[in-house]
Amino acid sequence: MRKAVSARKFVNKKSIKAAKVVLDMAQRGIREFDAKRMLAKYLPEYLNDFSYKGNLILVGPETNLEELAADYPWLKSERLVVKPDQLFGKRGKHGLVLLDARWEEAKNYLKKNMGAEVVVGGVAGRLTHFLVEPFVPHKEEYYLAISSDYEGDCIFFSREGGVLVEDNWDRVVQIKVDILKGIDDVDIKSALPAGLADRMEEIEKFIRALYRFYADSGFVYLEINPFTFTAGRIVPLDMVAKLDDAEEYWQRKRWEGLEFPEPFGRTLSEEELFIKEIDSKTGASLKLTILNPQGRVWTMVAGGGASVIYADTICDLGFAEEMSNYGEYSGDPNTEETYYYTKTILDLMTREPDPQGKVLLIGGAIANFTDVAKTFRGVVMALKECQERLRECNVKIYVRRGGPNYELGLKLMRELGGTLGVSIEVYGPEMHMTHIVPLALGGACQ
Amino acid sequence: MKPSYAIFDKNTKAFVYGYQTNAIQRMLDFDYICGRESPSIAAIINPGRAGIHKAFWGTKEILLPMYKTIPLAAGAYPEADVMVNFASHRSAFDTTMEALGTPTINTVAVIAEGVPERMARVMAATARKLNKIVIGPATVGGIAAGAFRIGNTAGTIENIIASKLYRPGCVGFVSKSGGMLNEAFNIISRNSDGVYEGIAIGGDRYPGSTLLDHILRYEANPAIKMIACLGELGGEDEYRIIKALQEGRIKKPLVAWVTGTCSPFLPSSVQFGHAGAKADTAKETAQAKNQAFRDAGAYVPDSFDDYGDKVRQVYEMLRASGEVAEVVEPEVPRLPMDYAKALSEGLIRKPTTFMCTISDDSGDEVLYGGLRLSDVLERQMGIGGVIGLLWFKKELPDYAAKFIELVLQITADHGPAVSGAHNAIVASCAGKDLISSLCSGLLTIGPRFGGAIDDAAREFKRAKESGLPPERFVAEMKRKGVNIPGIGHRIKSLKNPDKRVQLLISYARSQFPSTELLDYALQVEQLTTAKKGNLILNVDGCIGILFLDLMNSCGAFTKEEIDEVVKLGYLNGLFALGRSIGLIGHILDQKRLGSRLYRHPTEDIAYMLPSEEDIKCKR
Repeated sequence: MRKAVSARKFVNKKSIKAAKVVLDMAQRGIREFDAKRMLAKYLPEYLNDFSYKGNLILVGPETNLEELAADYPWLKSERLVVKPDQLFGKRGKHGLVLLDARWEEAKNYLKKNMGAEVVVGGVAGRLTHFLVEPFVPHKEEYYLAISSDYEGDCIFFSREGGVLVEDNWDRVVQIKVDILKGIDDVDIKSALPAGLADRMEEIEKFIRALYRFYADSGFVYLEINPFTFTAGRIVPLDMVAKLDDAEEYWQRKRWEGLEFPEPFGRTLSEEELFIKEIDSKTGASLKLTILNPQGRVWTMVAGGGASVIYADTICDLGFAEEMSNYGEYSGDPNTEETYYYTKTILDLMTREPDPQGKVLLIGGAIANFTDVAKTFRGVVMALKECQERLRECNVKIYVRRGGPNYELGLKLMRELGGTLGVSIEVYGPEMHMTHIVPLALGGACQ
Repeated sequence: MKPSYAIFDKNTKAFVYGYQTNAIQRMLDFDYICGRESPSIAAIINPGRAGIHKAFWGTKEILLPMYKTIPLAAGAYPEADVMVNFASHRSAFDTTMEALGTPTINTVAVIAEGVPERMARVMAATARKLNKIVIGPATVGGIAAGAFRIGNTAGTIENIIASKLYRPGCVGFVSKSGGMLNEAFNIISRNSDGVYEGIAIGGDRYPGSTLLDHILRYEANPAIKMIACLGELGGEDEYRIIKALQEGRIKKPLVAWVTGTCSPFLPSSVQFGHAGAKADTAKETAQAKNQAFRDAGAYVPDSFDDYGDKVRQVYEMLRASGEVAEVVEPEVPRLPMDYAKALSEGLIRKPTTFMCTISDDSGDEVLYGGLRLSDVLERQMGIGGVIGLLWFKKELPDYAAKFIELVLQITADHGPAVSGAHNAIVASCAGKDLISSLCSGLLTIGPRFGGAIDDAAREFKRAKESGLPPERFVAEMKRKGVNIPGIGHRIKSLKNPDKRVQLLISYARSQFPSTELLDYALQVEQLTTAKKGNLILNVDGCIGILFLDLMNSCGAFTKEEIDEVVKLGYLNGLFALGRSIGLIGHILDQKRLGSRLYRHPTEDIAYMLPSEEDIKCKR
């Protein structure tokens, strides 16, 4: 199942048009389960005697707990750790980590907490995925992280790892790695803190290998906090990692079976899922985030850059709380796609009338090559269909757009204004891009 | 030698990597309306094919050379110092690094989106080390007004003219977002004398060159009087500009705005359009950056809504102090509209050189006559019905279509010995392909073999219509010394009748409303067979005559149409079409059998040459 998901995603990415203005590519967090799995499987290519086995189980809502022990005998023979694996940290502080438990206890814990709602860092969400692994009794806790910036990468190391590393940040050493020179000539040993004694050799080799693994596997952030030694061997206890998802093409092998989970607490509404699905099937880009369904200011803006600026202007004018959605469409969507995108927004905004009325901003910059008339045809179709409800909710519509065929596009909108029964004001490049925002908010929201 | 702050001027020559014909034409169109003396593209680099590419230069056409590799192109055009790289995200890195390693190339614009961050960092660091410039990745590029356009920057030619990009203004502009570039050019052209140069560095986290890199170039360029920039939340790039402002390295007025002020009001997980736009610390928020710009002395509006007003304020200030002079507007050459566009907009017309009245493939589905192919199939019109549509442009009655099919079946083959089949077989045995062998057979069809259908139809029609009794007709032909077409067979005779003729006649008698011409022809046959047993109505004659009866009696044809069919010689087509079936069969048969070259046996040839004496000159 998980493989199928990632394969489908890959096909989609291949079909993305070069003209697509907005990027899906970004740094994406991955589960600790996947980070440790990759480490166990591929670090030995850089460090012969790395013996961490990666005994790991990811338990999701569908996992059958009763069958697990048959497939993973160590569940019954070892003491266990169970912790949520959903891209949030400070799990210990939130009392969400079960330590040194038998399988029976672990099962009870999982049954009790699966699906439970928790609040982490002010974000509420449900627990859906847990990592189960052997419990490792330890005394030493080392901190090791690698991050990237413009000039190169930076390795962070501390003898005092674990939950208190941030409090002891002054004891973290930093080793810079030049992006062009690489790690070969970096003197790690003399940069490491004193007092590592016989661990020095092992740690130096581990850092060097981990860096190469990091650079070769598409990571943009990797943190092991802490790792420790058992029987003289390095064992990672806790890991956080982010990948550059643009590397998917080059990392097909190493990322096999990997998926990028949604950030914690983010459950998509039906409408957001619908738009996401259309987006995944087209070379164009369609994005929708609902911020406040009761808000009175709705936007439908073409272009990633312009959509941010419209949202900015709404906030700059003091209407942040009334802003209902954030989103954008770009990359020359066809008439059908803009129709569904508009329909979804109109449906959301006309569910309940507001005594003060509502506004819809159909905005955008001057397009490069998107055919404005073509995209507006879909918008007009949706507006016509929702005519009654738009009137009932006293919606005022403001349009501003430029680019290929914009005269015809704007004409379609103006003509619609004559028959729709709700007010539509239409502007082209002669008006400043965001100026419909003060016009709309000054008019409709006083 | 160009100063280092100017990467583009009116003489810049570039390579376009990737066979992007639209972008190439757009660059040339821009060059043309700028009044450049020569195109900005030195050559195209297309890993798939070397050769030439034909493109427009105004109304004329020019040829651009095309090379397979960067070294070949660079070797041929050492004066080209820019590469516009349209390679995909998979090969953008390798091609960009190769270009940076080429001594004559100084600037590479990388259009691809989705270049991995590590690769982008290596490209940026390499460019810095070599003192070269990478613009992008993930950008439309940029434009030097009146001088050079990277690929598709600034969109349509109408937009370029509206924003006056065909001549330089005094404003240097740089932004991250390529999508906002057009809008910025519009705003700047409406509030000042326009853009001198505008670059979009790309929305990725690690652009090859930064906002500051370009701002410092603008600062050094005496033709640029003011600088405008559009930043984004996230990252530290804007703080490098602010530091440069504080250190006095930027002295020209700078209008700055950082987008993303809505970010604090959005849930933390909302991903903005650009990969670089994600504020992780308070310092990286748009609010903090805008305030820092203000504190450092930049001209910062309260909101993007006032960005144009700020540009105007600074421009008016420079005007008042006399630092910028009035721009003298050049005459812009008119760019001819593309033929396809003008045609689609109904602006031009042109007489066609070619007509077609039987079929149309320009729509969703091919039309035969006026009927959609799917309707033809659904109505089971058959080959006879299709011939009715394509040859006669008529829907024939069912029995008429069936008659055509009957003719095709009857004429399909007549054994290997007849001339046409024999020639096709000989050609096939000589190793010729199917079509050549088929042609060899078809070319045999003529007055003595299968080609008498039209002639017979014509002669019998003439005789009957002019009221000649059969006796007079036969007598007249005899007097002229002409064999009556459609009468006579090599081996068939009254006693050995041609079965094919009997089949045709019996179908016609039972199905046709009338067979007047056949009746007349049979009277003629009685007279001719009385003279000689093999002067029977043959199959060619029978087909031609019955077809006239069919057209005369089925009601679908006017008299003029029937005359035309006979005059233009439609009916031999029936034999050629039917016999093709048999000819193809014979050809394939020989190929299957692996037949060797045919050579006629010498004992079967009477060699009767003249003697030496006979050919001597008798004089």
